[in-house]
Amino acid sequence: MNAFDSNNALQFLALYDRRASSSALSEAGAACLRRSGLPRRDVEAWKYTDLRPLTALALSSDDLLSDAALETAAGLLRELALEQVGLSATPRLVFVNGRFAAALSLMPELGGVSWQDAPAADALAPGAMAALNAMLGHDGAAVHVSAGVEAGRVLLVTLGVGSGGEAVTGHPQHRIVLEPEARLSLLEIARGSGLYVNNPVLEIEVKAGAHLTHVRLQDEAREALHLSTVRAMVAERGSYDSFSLALGARLARHEVHATMSGRGGEVQVNGAQLLDGQQHADLTSVIAHKAPACNSRQTVKNVLSGRSRGVFQGKIVVDRIAQKTDGYQMNQALLLSDEAEIDTKPELEIYADDVKCSHGATAGALNEDQLFYLRSRGVAVAEARAILVRAFLADALALIDDEVSRAVLERAVDASWNRRTG
Amino acid sequence: MSTTLTITGLHAKIDDAGTDKPILKGVDLVVPPGEVHAIMGPNGSGKSTLSYVLSGRADYEVTAGSVTFGDQDLLALEPEARAAAGLFLAFQAPIELPGVNNANFLRTAVNAVRRARGETELDAVGFLKLARAECKRLGIPDAMLKRAVNVGFSGGEKKRNEVLQMSLLRPRFAILDETDSGLDIDALRIVAEGVNALRAPDFSALIITHHQRLLDYIVPDHVHVMSAGRIIRSGGPELARQLEAEGYANLIAEAA
Repeated sequence: MNAFDSNNALQFLALYDRRASSSALSEAGAACLRRSGLPRRDVEAWKYTDLRPLTALALSSDDLLSDAALETAAGLLRELALEQVGLSATPRLVFVNGRFAAALSLMPELGGVSWQDAPAADALAPGAMAALNAMLGHDGAAVHVSAGVEAGRVLLVTLGVGSGGEAVTGHPQHRIVLEPEARLSLLEIARGSGLYVNNPVLEIEVKAGAHLTHVRLQDEAREALHLSTVRAMVAERGSYDSFSLALGARLARHEVHATMSGRGGEVQVNGAQLLDGQQHADLTSVIAHKAPACNSRQTVKNVLSGRSRGVFQGKIVVDRIAQKTDGYQMNQALLLSDEAEIDTKPELEIYADDVKCSHGATAGALNEDQLFYLRSRGVAVAEARAILVRAFLADALALIDDEVSRAVLERAVDASWNRRTG
Repeated sequence: MSTTLTITGLHAKIDDAGTDKPILKGVDLVVPPGEVHAIMGPNGSGKSTLSYVLSGRADYEVTAGSVTFGDQDLLALEPEARAAAGLFLAFQAPIELPGVNNANFLRTAVNAVRRARGETELDAVGFLKLARAECKRLGIPDAMLKRAVNVGFSGGEKKRNEVLQMSLLRPRFAILDETDSGLDIDALRIVAEGVNALRAPDFSALIITHHQRLLDYIVPDHVHVMSAGRIIRSGGPELARQLEAEGYANLIAEAA
């Protein structure tokens, strides 16, 4: 068997070969996949997440957005009930199966904010999924916030519309740039129906003293595959404050590569994964301290029922120059069934000698004493469990400082929990 | 409906690390409505086990005997159904619930019990009004409502929070499991106040205690002495004073 035969990305490469156009970026992605294919589990970074559900898919070669798909997407957008959370008039960029949907988007004139003008990505983001995205992507948000502008809140909505049988794949290529001292609160929502693959890449640049809040709600269809990559570059005194909630998809991985390149930068990569059935969700992060006196914070909580599996891989790299680094990482899992599984891999790679870095991990079942206490007060067992699960997630969700985004996630958690147990 | 609590020949064991350990060895007790009974006895005599068995904690197994509350077979009910039937246990060591707001917890509990009794539920505003009034009556600062349940509470605050729950849930039968332990005299008065305020023809209580002190404030109709999993002596309030003066040794020796 030669290397070509063993390439597990052939059908993705075939989709690319049928394309009429290419760019330096798409060529770079294709070259990467021709060389190595998609990672198998013998690649250390993919030890706990098996991509065979992706490589085994029959892919749709349908490359254009049909009116029917757009109509379904409009329905999915309405179901979000943005008006109920006061977000119906908030600027939003909507993508359907990886294509920009202008008709569903809302891009008002906003002083100091442009929706299209951020320079396109010129180099591949790290990882195989980013290579796939580079090769097959068309569209993406390009939000640019001028220096010193407080841009408020922006929604980034990705909708997947699957058809029967063959899987549609979407590869949005987003780019968010905050000039010095700018501020933006980005709420990213991914959902859909049927079988599809959503593989977005977000390139984020936070310049000096700028502040980006990035809250993600991954509520994909239960058959869907969600693979996302974020690369965040944070300059001095800048901060990238993120929270990712994983509720949906059969297989999900959210990969964050955050780099602090200037003194006093701050990165938060927090999250929660609420899974059941056969769901698999992976939060993988690489946080690089490349300058002195930067802080990174990470709290990730997992609530796992059925035969679901949660993965957390958190790597913190502290360069020799990055003295006075303060790094904190905590991963906790609540295992609600005997067959649920959590795989946790913290990694600290520290080359500086004056740093404060800590990490911890816990896994356990619901506390029987707490359950009995609630029940003895008349609270039925299902409600008592729900109260304790919400309490377990509460201190993670409390880390989201944008109240509106936090409320959206809290509602999504409640709805998801009620759907699972109701 | 009569709400007499009747315990007959009750045997129970605890599943302790795979080994069965019998703790209750034939408890007989009848508490008619309107009466307050006290159970006293040395450590390890089975007093707390009795309270857990009555409230339905899972790790105890009843091996013989019965407990009825009114016409209901109490042992057949889930813990939440026992609460709905009017049973309340004030825990010896109240459980901390990090991340659960005390006011939300209390409202959930009150509404669960109201729902089970066919009463209308209280909305957030109505509940807070009620809870604040109860706090005031019991001399409990209502800042306690805003905190996570029992988290960071002092021993006394935890016990007061139990009394607050009891006052809000308005049980027909309350069990106080050593609620007086570790309390100063002011906290003790709050606990006693909470119980005395509920005293009525359709309310009864079982006070489990080591000391006679609490019984100076909540004067019981009957006092029972428990030893080695059985009630070995019953009497009036004077029995508590006798025990305080003489200790348990003589009684236990007599019973043996």
